[in-house]
Amino acid sequence: MRAFQYHRPASLAEAAALAARPEAKLLAGGQSLVQAMKLRLASPSDVVDLGALKDLAGIKTDGRTLTIGAMTRHAEVAESAEVKKAIPALAQLAGMIGDRQVRAMGTLGGSIANNDPAADYPAAVLALDAVIHTNKGRHDVGTFFKGLYETALAPGEIITAVEFRIPQRAAYMKFKNPASRFAIVGVFVADFGGGNVRVAVTGAGPCVFRQTEMEKALAAKFDPASVASIKVSPAGLNSDLHASAEYRAHLVTVMAKRAVEAALK
Amino acid sequence: MAVRVSMKVNGKAVSGEMEERTLLVTFIREHLRLTGTHVGCDTAQCGACTVIMNGRAVKSCSILAMQAEGADITTIEGVAAPDGTLHPMQAAFKEHHGLQCGFCTPGMVMNAIDFARRNPNPTEQEIREALEGNLCRCTGYHNIVKSIAAGARAMAAAK
Ligand SMILES: Cc1cc2nc3c(=O)[nH]c(=O)nc-3n(C[C@H](O)[C@H](O)[C@H](O)COP(=O)(O)OP(=O)(O)OC[C@H]3O[C@@H](n4cnc5c(N)ncnc54)[C@H](O)[C@@H]3O)c2cc1C
Ligand code: FES
Ligand code: FES
Repeated sequence: MRAFQYHRPASLAEAAALAARPEAKLLAGGQSLVQAMKLRLASPSDVVDLGALKDLAGIKTDGRTLTIGAMTRHAEVAESAEVKKAIPALAQLAGMIGDRQVRAMGTLGGSIANNDPAADYPAAVLALDAVIHTNKGRHDVGTFFKGLYETALAPGEIITAVEFRIPQRAAYMKFKNPASRFAIVGVFVADFGGGNVRVAVTGAGPCVFRQTEMEKALAAKFDPASVASIKVSPAGLNSDLHASAEYRAHLVTVMAKRAVEAALK
Repeated sequence: MAVRVSMKVNGKAVSGEMEERTLLVTFIREHLRLTGTHVGCDTAQCGACTVIMNGRAVKSCSILAMQAEGADITTIEGVAAPDGTLHPMQAAFKEHHGLQCGFCTPGMVMNAIDFARRNPNPTEQEIREALEGNLCRCTGYHNIVKSIAAGARAMAAAK
C-alpha cells in the first residue's frame, strides 16, 4: 500500500472539502478500498474516513419509502426489524453479502459507489426504484449506474442515504460464486402493484440492468410461468472462468423464476 | 507520516505511533506484540485475522488501524479468564478436536464467540453459513462445526 494522508472529518461539510482534493478517496467500511489499496489498484493521496459521521448511519421508514443511511453496515440492514418488516427481500439480500465479518464492516454507500458488476445491492437499488441522496442533491436510479465500476457521482460527491420505494412483494435470488460469494447472477424482482413490476439483474453483465421483457410479462401476470419461457440473449453478457455468457443468460431466467416464486410465498 | 492511534485492546487502553497506512492486524501483531491474531491470506478471504471490534467479528487485515480509533477490540489473547481457564468456546475446540495445526483457530474462535453471542442455539446449517469467511486447510470443518455447537451451548449455560 502506498502512503497517504488519513483524515477523519467530524462533519459532512469538512468531509466534502477534503474529498474535493484531486487524488482523495472516501473510505467507508474499507472492504473493497483497503484491498484495492493493498494491491495498488488504488493509491489515493488522501483517505477521507466517513467513520465518525454518525448521521450517515441509520434506518427509517414513512410507510411508503424506506431510507437507509450510506454508512449503515450490511449486518445492520440484515438484522433490522424495520427492514424485515418493510422490505424483507432487502434484509435477506444484505444477509447474503460476502461473509459475516465482511457484513460487519461493509456499507450500503460503499457498495453502490463501488458499483462492482457482481455486487448485490445495485440490483435492489435499481429494482426498488430508489433515490440516491448525496451531499450535492439527489440521483434517480435510472441514471445512477453508468457502467463497469462507474456511477453518476461527481468526484468527491458523498452518498448520504438511499431511499427505497416499498413494494407490495419482492424477492432476490442469487447464484453465487462459491469462493467469493459475489453474484454470478443475481435477480431482484419487485412488484409495486397496478402492473408496475421491476426486474433488475446483477452479475450477468458489466453493470446492473433491468430486464424489461420480464417486467412486461410479470406485469400481465405475476407468476413464475410468465418468465420461465423467456430466453435471454447472451450478447453483451460477461464470460469469464466462472461462467460463460450463455450460462449466465440461462441463469437470469432461472433466478428470475425462483425470485417470483419466492415473492409469491 | 506518523500518526497516533488509541483504542482499547483486551480491556486495556493502548496507543501507538505508526504510519497512516498501517493495517489493524499489523498494529496488533507488531506494535502490541499480540501474535495470536494470524495473517493467512492478507486478502480478506481466510478469516485467520478475525478480531472482535465493538462487539462484531471483523477481519483485521482489511481495516486500517486508524479506522479502529477509539474502538473496543478483543483478540484471542483476551478471551480466557485471568487465571488461564479457557473460554467455553476455546474449551469446546479442545474437547471436540476442532483444530489440527491451529493456524486458523484464533480466527475461528473469535468469529464463533461473536456468532454464538447472537445465536445461542444455532443449527448445523447456521454454523456452516457463519463460517463462510473462515478457511481451514486441515480439519475438513466437521469438528469445527461440532466445537462451535458445543461452545455455543456452553456459553449460553454460563450466562
Ligand atoms: C471477502 C469479501 C466478499 C465479498 N462479497 C460480496 C458479495 O457477495 N456481494 C457484494 O455485493 N459485495 C461483496 N463484497 C464487497 C463488500 O460488500 C463491500 O463492503 C462493498 O463493496 C464496499 O463497501 P465498503 O463500505 O467496504 O466501502 P469501501 O471499500 O470503504 O469503499 C468502496 C468505494 O466506495 C466509495 N465510497 C464509500 N462510501 C461512499 C459514500 N458514502 N459516498 C461516495 N462514495 C463512497 C469509496 O471511495 C470507494 O471507492 C465482498 C467483500 C469481501 C472482502
Ligand atoms: S488474513 Fe485477513 S482474511 Fe486472511
Ligand atoms: S487447523 Fe490447520 S488451518 Fe485449520
